[in-house]
Amino acid sequence: MVEWTEQERNIITSIFSNLDYDDVGPKALIRCLIVYPWTQRYFASFGNLYNADAIKTNPNIQAHGTRVLHGLDRAVKNMDNIKGTYAELSVLHSEKLHVDPDNFKLLADCLTIVIAAKMGSGFTPEMQATFQKFLAVVVSALGRQYH
Amino acid sequence: MLIVYPQTKTYFSHWPDLKAGSAPVTKHGKKIMAGVAQAVAKIDDLTSGLLDLSELHAFQLRVDPANFKILAHCLQVVIATMYPNEFTPEAHVALDKFLSNLALALSEKYR
Repeated sequence: MVEWTEQERNIITSIFSNLDYDDVGPKALIRCLIVYPWTQRYFASFGNLYNADAIKTNPNIQAHGTRVLHGLDRAVKNMDNIKGTYAELSVLHSEKLHVDPDNFKLLADCLTIVIAAKMGSGFTPEMQATFQKFLAVVVSALGRQYH
Repeated sequence: MLIVYPQTKTYFSHWPDLKAGSAPVTKHGKKIMAGVAQAVAKIDDLTSGLLDLSELHAFQLRVDPANFKILAHCLQVVIATMYPNEFTPEAHVALDKFLSNLALALSEKYR
């Protein structure tokens, strides 16, 4: 069981309530595809990903980035049972999407960087620690149903 | 790094104060950045350029190389907060590539 302090819960809800999903979601996914190019392997059907500009303007990537970020909402709403909340999504990522779970961490790191850029000096070490703890729990939950 | 990854504090138990902004932390941060700058100057041959530093980290400091990755990540987060517009995905991938190679060169002398 993951323990969350009052302060940690507040930090997470505050970050997500001030989030522009349509901006941050795509930015995080785009960054992941550019910084870790091997992640493009999962998006062969998305069209043109041949260079950074193509990735940045690809509408499928745009839509998917927003979708993935909204996927985190359920964790925010169920912080005390993230493991159970993501059981189904974990099976999906393993059985249907065949995503190497190491990639979850890569996307999580890119999301952290995008949020850091947005918040600037407001993204204190304490906020980073809490945010990364939250993402680590999500990443772990998503990798749980792999076998 | 010391706050987000508390296990890294184990390397600095000899310092009286490990809080953000403390004198030893600030001084050491600058020292590390000077090392990164040295690597930038030797970017075309990091392995030989960082030989001394690698020996230092391998034989004296004995820092687990996994921590290089941790510090690299924290460095990138700070850069993102300070230069949000300039730290584009392209800049990010270049820096990440450089820092991974730096870590590799630093780990050369370990075994």
